Amino acid sequence: MAALLFILVAVATPITNIAAYIAYFSLIWLALITAKIPPLTVIKRSLIEIPFVAFALLMPFFGQGERVDFLGLSLYQEGINAGAGIIAKATLGVLSAILLSATTTAREILRGLEILRLPSTLVQIATFMLRYLNVVTDEMERMSVARASRGFDAKGIRHWRVLANSAGALFIRSYERGERVHLAMLSRGYGGELPKEEREEVLPQQIALGLALPLLALTSLLISILI
Amino acid sequence: MSEKSLEVSGLAYAYPDGNQALYGVNLSINQGERVALLGPNGAGKTTLVLHLNGIIPTMQGQVRVAGKLVDSKNAESIKSVRHKVGVVFQDPDDQLFMPTVGQDVAFGPYNSGLRGIELEKAVTEALELVGMSEFIDRPPHHLSFGQRRRVAVATVLAMKPEILVMDEPSSNLDPAARRELAEIITSLDVTLLMVTHDLPFAYELCQRAVILSAGVVAADDEISSVLANKQLLNAHRLELPKGFNL
Repeated sequence: MAALLFILVAVATPITNIAAYIAYFSLIWLALITAKIPPLTVIKRSLIEIPFVAFALLMPFFGQGERVDFLGLSLYQEGINAGAGIIAKATLGVLSAILLSATTTAREILRGLEILRLPSTLVQIATFMLRYLNVVTDEMERMSVARASRGFDAKGIRHWRVLANSAGALFIRSYERGERVHLAMLSRGYGGELPKEEREEVLPQQIALGLALPLLALTSLLISILI
Repeated sequence: MSEKSLEVSGLAYAYPDGNQALYGVNLSINQGERVALLGPNGAGKTTLVLHLNGIIPTMQGQVRVAGKLVDSKNAESIKSVRHKVGVVFQDPDDQLFMPTVGQDVAFGPYNSGLRGIELEKAVTEALELVGMSEFIDRPPHHLSFGQRRRVAVATVLAMKPEILVMDEPSSNLDPAARRELAEIITSLDVTLLMVTHDLPFAYELCQRAVILSAGVVAADDEISSVLANKQLLNAHRLELPKGFNL
């Protein structure tokens, strides 16, 4: 929740306000350090951002209006701003997502969502996704082993047909598994809701701690605007 | 003898596509009996099992659990029957759908209205029965196949069923896990209907055997005499493993 708010504040800030961004980055790093998350983990998990960075790097080459000369390249000022915005905002988003996922288990996130009144069907779907993700990946691996042991080697476009067939088979298998799971649920008296765990009391201090990050970000934004 | 746990009479069923699976099945099981339901693939065993707790609505014939009629049009009756008939499905991954073992075992009793300490008690008791107590907070995918199968049994035992129905309980188990499961089943004090192809396993655990073939009951007798009748077994695509003697 706090992570979402922080991302919202960050995204709403114009990129030209560089001071605010410096403040955001120091805030999130401070949080990551207090949470004792090893920097290596953070860097490894940040790799997911690379495609966006590549896209953002292309941005300065396209655009209109004002041009800037940089290292002999003629770039568009507007594109530079947009690209830098994407990189900075995406990095902040990824870092706060890392902060959330490293400090909170998936189960706790789901429970949190339930407490925040996300419709129970959505929470149930997410719960099942969590449970069956590796059942399905295992199945996918078994299929790929079965393909490979019959001499299949996906090399080019000619093999896409086989891969598409496998994907289809996997989809049908998962669908059938879904049906069997539903039968198993009905057999144990499923009536539309999953058991709720007894809730731990959430202390006001914890809420305050959670809100500290987005609030600090907001104040730094206000300060940088006023200055 | 004692009371009837299960009574099936004249049960017939055809799938919506017209494929008929059951042609008038009669079966009655006394309280405390352990019965093996044998039969070749496609004999209608699973279809029969799904009738027992009202998952498939009865088209023709009757199913009575502990004397009470399973009325597939009456939601109350269906609800109560599902707490009396505990079905353990073949693939434990289908049966274990909650994030942790403990939550999964709690699913059934929770649905029957248990909360708080009572719910916890039902969960710990059931896990103790199958010797899986220390795994209560583990996610199911971290367990071995045999352990998952045992947890699947616990999820059903936690509901304190009148009759336990197991679909191929020994399939895919290694010999040690198979023996452990047999020991657990022997230690339980429940009525049991076990669907299986594993004839030695059935012989070890059940007193009575029923052969379901082509949608009808082809034999229903003491397990030793059913398994000793080679002609009968052969006629229904069943055979004892080579070298196995009763």
